[in-house]
Amino acid sequence: MDLIEALVLVITLALLLPFYRVLRGPTVFDRMLGVSVIGTKTVVLICFAGVLYDRIDMFVDIAVAYGMLNFIGVIVVSKYLDRTRGEVEG
Amino acid sequence: MSTLLELIGKVLVTGGAFFLVIGAIGMVRLPDFYSRTHAATKPDTLGIIMTMIGLALLVGPSTSSAKLLLIVLFVAVANPAAAHALGRAAVRAGLQPWTEETSPMRPVSTEQEESES
Repeated sequence: MDLIEALVLVITLALLLPFYRVLRGPTVFDRMLGVSVIGTKTVVLICFAGVLYDRIDMFVDIAVAYGMLNFIGVIVVSKYLDRTRGEVEG
Repeated sequence: MSTLLELIGKVLVTGGAFFLVIGAIGMVRLPDFYSRTHAATKPDTLGIIMTMIGLALLVGPSTSSAKLLLIVLFVAVANPAAAHALGRAAVRAGLQPWTEETSPMRPVSTEQEESES
């Protein structure tokens, strides 16, 4: 699966861009958005790893759990920021 | 028949990865938080839907491909909901949206025109 390997490389390099937003984002909301995007792309990477290692039956379960954890994490943090009327700077 | 399905799957996976990369570029290029929610939600959701359906076609009919389609259903609901919750928190925190007046990249020529008038 040469195509899948190339796509894994491309998506891994593209992960650096939201990571830059996590590090330098002017507000805390930008950082959380970057974390959400990184989690979404990681779900795809895990499924690609399942195809590469020929163990898709195991990796797809990990991908489902990872996607749910990512969603719950972002929802919890945004509820926390909503309640505290979060600081806009930082 | 199986080769045709594999071809469609490869095309879908490649197109989905393209949209994922577009979403990643938008996270850096767009000017403020509210426009970045656009880049974080729409291209990413389309990209993950396309890659998961393409992988399900590549894997073939099995329990794993059903779970891949389950990921599609979950992400199509969860990704916009998460971005919406973050955006609502930002509005309630008083984050100002990017406009022409508040832009740090404001061109010099328009400033001169406005000061003349």
